[in-house]
Amino acid sequence: MNFPRPLPSPNPLTAPYWQAAHQGELKLPRCAACAKFHSYPRSTCPHCGSRDLAWQQLSGKGEVYSFTVVHRAPSKGFEALVPYVVAVVALAEGPHLMTRLTGVAPDAVRIGMAVRVAFEEQGPHDEETTLPVFTAEVSA
Amino acid sequence: MNLADTRIVGIGESRLGKVPDRSALQLQSDAAHAALDDAGLTLADIDGLITTPIRVEPWNMPCGVVSSFLGVQPAYLSTLDLAGASGCAMIHHAAMAVASGQCNTVLCVAGQDLLTNKTRASAVQTMAESGAAHPQFEAPYGPLVASNYALIAQRHMYEYGTTAEQMAEVAVTIRKHALLNPNAHMTKPITVQDVMASPMITSPLKRFDCALVSDGAAAVIVTSADRARDLKQKPVRVLGQGYGLSHSYVGEALKLPFSGAVESGKKAFEMAGVKHADIDVAELYDCFTITVIIELEDLGFCKKGEGGAFVQGGRISLGGELPVTTHGGLLSCAHPGLPGGLFHVLEGVRQVRGQAGARQVKDAKLALVHGNGGTIAIHCTLILSV
Repeated sequence: MNFPRPLPSPNPLTAPYWQAAHQGELKLPRCAACAKFHSYPRSTCPHCGSRDLAWQQLSGKGEVYSFTVVHRAPSKGFEALVPYVVAVVALAEGPHLMTRLTGVAPDAVRIGMAVRVAFEEQGPHDEETTLPVFTAEVSA
Repeated sequence: MNLADTRIVGIGESRLGKVPDRSALQLQSDAAHAALDDAGLTLADIDGLITTPIRVEPWNMPCGVVSSFLGVQPAYLSTLDLAGASGCAMIHHAAMAVASGQCNTVLCVAGQDLLTNKTRASAVQTMAESGAAHPQFEAPYGPLVASNYALIAQRHMYEYGTTAEQMAEVAVTIRKHALLNPNAHMTKPITVQDVMASPMITSPLKRFDCALVSDGAAAVIVTSADRARDLKQKPVRVLGQGYGLSHSYVGEALKLPFSGAVESGKKAFEMAGVKHADIDVAELYDCFTITVIIELEDLGFCKKGEGGAFVQGGRISLGGELPVTTHGGLLSCAHPGLPGGLFHVLEGVRQVRGQAGARQVKDAKLALVHGNGGTIAIHCTLILSV
């Protein structure tokens, strides 16, 4: 039996992020005034206050800023994944994102480890939802 | 009138832990009446009410539901939600309402039957899905509330060499304090070895690094200094107060493991005009063991990165240099969700009144009380004295 997991419900602020993910691209708002990216998406740049923002693709590269191996799932939908690695990734362009690491043994994860984005379809009934996840940049 | 002309005059709590014979409103009523008895007041004296939302029942307007249930006709009422910082913030808002002349005597009350109504497992799911994680950018990856704190703990260990044993020391000390509190949920001692051997929940946090899920309610009454003079208890002053906010979600925060406690503590100490060495007891919010370590650092009781060493050697125990969370906290006394931080206020008041019984810090004059909400994001600090 499949139990549901929480999935994103895109809204006018966040839809470009999820549309990009569905096309295999990682995009975030970038400020035209100070050139910095930010996450999570806002209407004003948290670095300089400008409202002149545009969605732009990132390299998809970054490093593990912190991580935790989850041994006890928050709900039934995650039980099949246990143990899984929830991480915060510091993207090469600066912003941080929460994500899950895939294709890496939980014991092998280290802070500072180089990672790159991958995209995970969320099951046959959720064709429209693609989650950015991260995987080791160089397999050991 | 200003904040200096207001006083805390009554405190009360319900039975805590597993209380299967009480609903959320009954628990709140028990706590409210205990606080009224403590102050020597009746419901007719209350003309202001502040409460928090609860998770076990859908309440359309919590302050209206609670006021109506208790039979209070308020000149001022408010539902406050600063997550874990709500307890301290309620006291500050009550004092502002009195100082402004809007009302004379405010009842701050909060509580729920989180354990009985939910079970521990469903309370954990409810909290994981109720906004601690960003609903779009975080919740889909499956973090527990504890995972958000585990991310901070892991980074703290990486940057400063903090150890799991040091975090365990926090749980052991606070459990020791709870054993001196006859109303505490937990009643058996634990050792560092017990914490280390407890099941891994979300690395590096183990079962005993995490707060309880409990039933319970707490209440505090705030009025003017004038009115306080002829009431039952020694009135307690809020000498200093401060708020701090560093981020909304752990995934977007760029300055971890620094928290908004840096600002809230700085403001509270400046307003009170006291130094760290003057503080006799610190009732610190303890949702997870790492939280206490970060609060000690960011409030300025030690340097950044030295919190792990600070909690060792009995320094934060009763009888130590800075006794911390002497009632047993969220880790061992009670954690009914949003109301949890109010219990720290109650204990700070008991300590400066000299009424903490077996847990009394000798000659306690100044108590610092600190609430932390979100993932070390939103903070409220109070400095109390008689």
